[in-house]
Amino acid sequence: MSALALLADGSTRPPLSQVVVWLNDPQNWTGPNGLLFYLRQHVVYTVVAVVIALVIALPVGLIVGHTGRGAFLVGGLANGLRAVPSLGLVVLLVVWLSPKIHLLQTVPGVVDHHGALPYLIPVEIVLVLLAIPPILTNTYAGVQNVDPAARDAAKGMGMTGAQVIRKVELPCALPLIMSGLRSSVLQVIATATIAAFAPFLGGLGQFIVNGVQTINDPHTGYPAMVGAGLVVAALALVAEVSLIIVQRYVVSRGVSGRYRKTKAGVHAPDGSVVGMELAGV
Amino acid sequence: MIRFESVTKKYPDGTVAVDHLDLVAPSGQITVLVGPSGCGKTTSLRMINRMIDPSSGRIWLDDRDTAKGRPSQLRRGIGYVIQHAGLFPHRTVIDNVATVPLLLGTGRREARAQALELLERVGLPANFADRYPAQLSGGQQQRVGVARALAADPPVMLMDEPFSAVDPVVRAQLQEEFLRLQGELGKTIVFVTHDIDEAIKLGDQVAVMRVGGTLAQLATPAELLSRPADAFVAGFVGRDRGYRALGFAEAGELPLTDEPVVRLGEELSTACDRARDGWTLVVDAESQPQGWLGVRGLAVDAQRGSVTPELLNLGGTLATESGTLREALDAALSSPSGRGVIVHEGGSFAGTVTASEVLARIEARAAGVRHEAESYTADVLAGGSTHNAGSTHNAGAAP
Ligand SMILES: Nc1ncnc2c1ncn2[C@@H]1O[C@H](COP(=O)(O)OP(=O)(O)OP(=O)(O)O)[C@@H](O)[C@H]1O
Ligand SMILES: [Mg+2]
Repeated sequence: MSALALLADGSTRPPLSQVVVWLNDPQNWTGPNGLLFYLRQHVVYTVVAVVIALVIALPVGLIVGHTGRGAFLVGGLANGLRAVPSLGLVVLLVVWLSPKIHLLQTVPGVVDHHGALPYLIPVEIVLVLLAIPPILTNTYAGVQNVDPAARDAAKGMGMTGAQVIRKVELPCALPLIMSGLRSSVLQVIATATIAAFAPFLGGLGQFIVNGVQTINDPHTGYPAMVGAGLVVAALALVAEVSLIIVQRYVVSRGVSGRYRKTKAGVHAPDGSVVGMELAGV
Repeated sequence: MIRFESVTKKYPDGTVAVDHLDLVAPSGQITVLVGPSGCGKTTSLRMINRMIDPSSGRIWLDDRDTAKGRPSQLRRGIGYVIQHAGLFPHRTVIDNVATVPLLLGTGRREARAQALELLERVGLPANFADRYPAQLSGGQQQRVGVARALAADPPVMLMDEPFSAVDPVVRAQLQEEFLRLQGELGKTIVFVTHDIDEAIKLGDQVAVMRVGGTLAQLATPAELLSRPADAFVAGFVGRDRGYRALGFAEAGELPLTDEPVVRLGEELSTACDRARDGWTLVVDAESQPQGWLGVRGLAVDAQRGSVTPELLNLGGTLATESGTLREALDAALSSPSGRGVIVHEGGSFAGTVTASEVLARIEARAAGVRHEAESYTADVLAGGSTHNAGSTHNAGAAP
């Protein structure tokens, strides 16, 4: 996206067909500075950030939703985090934090450069901060939306607080939690391009950082920028579809409303309904 | 047995929902809490399983103080049914029912087998087991709610308006089955309703509460109708008290009159010959009454045919021999011939009674009641005791 914006003022816009040519060149995929290498970095940064965000936001959302205490914090925190400019924060943290981290490690299999870790940490912090709000607010809202009668019955039949959360509130809130998770993943995939602004880290944003300097180069310029952008979009799509499939398996049919065909076949929606739902999720 | 000992609940905002309540719900019986909206019924009920903690006073479950020990432990031994069932939407019917046994550590297979049995008990076919709650009607959900509460076989059941969210026909059906089930199981039940008719139908004893959370009267349904403690209870119990009270009065041996009958399929001319005052009672092969045939309206040439169901007047209700005065009177009043049809237990025809015969029986009974009431008034005047002291139940008194 940003690549196109930069080009908008440029006088010499190369034809789009160059992008196709660039993407069709196997060298641009496999080589040491190829798409696959940066794609792997991109995916790792995303997964790490989302997992950390999930570990933080899910329990907090569940507990706040269950107790009803601290709800204003959830709203305030989430909105505050949304307002943070991610690029600015990365720059700030890299300048301020990186010199204080004296772990001169590589990240095996992802970043070979000795001393990359001090730069990775600030970037991951920003990505985690970005991933938390959707998961947190959706988890909270999901628990709040649980039928009060079901919650009352669960407690009344002798479930402890933790059992009510685990056996009733979490499974019922799962559709909303999953959609929060999905928007977190999309946001992080999109924003992980900023990793390239920190030294050594790469990610698919590297093509954009490099391309700005050599915009007219047919190998590293405009075609590479747009090509990488398309790969980011494809990654987002693949992630979204995978998570929708996961959601199908983890969300109870009783909650999602996709009932199995019964013998009488009375309440079973047919295949077309299932298909429609996929589009609507 | 559940015993409230001077229990008060004052909410943080200052509302006194229950005020020094003393009440005993005897073992194996249905105690109904009834009263106008906001009188503290739900609060009282939920204090029993500590969903709400009393501000003062104690609640005893047999000889155990419910305030001791963990609330979750207490609740696992008490069945709990609420208005909208509160089924878990993500679990199938059978897994909903198996919830408490699983919490208590019963094996999965055993819990499910029990659950299946219970579903049958509450009148749900086995093929409902794998449905989700959203695939059930409100009445069916409520049955599952009852099955779920019964699953761990708790001696005590708490029910908060369990049948109020379904239509009157289903409600009547659920009430009947609830009574049948209680006949088999003999649980100690506290049942909350705002519907006095439901209270009278279901309760072994009825506790009428008034706003402010005090007990207005604790009595059997029959007593409540015949002897309301004060103007509030009388007003709450409502109209037609005299007539409704007949529903608790055994008819005893009514003076039955035999009646010539015809069977379905017999000649219409036979029916005309046997008619009294223009009406003949028609029975089937098992001599179960099917309806009345009005012979005056029949055209002369129509009399050649036979007696068919389409010709019958179905207006009359049937009363059983061992039924109540209310049923007998209703049978007489609703019969097109003016003769109420009484049947044996098995449903076969026993005889007829007229309204005046039933009324004579009612008169005789009323004389007895009056006599009792006079001596009651004398008691009150002599002892200066409260209304409740006249009740035959000791449940209202604090020990
Ligand atoms: N959590 C609460 N905080 C403050 N007041 C409450 C609370 N719950 C109930 N009350 C008040 O306590 C009183 C009794 O309420 P309760 O729910 O026991 O009534 P009820 O007899 O069950 O009424 P209904 O027939 O309408 O269900 C009411 O005045 C109600 O407003
Ligand atoms: Mg209530």
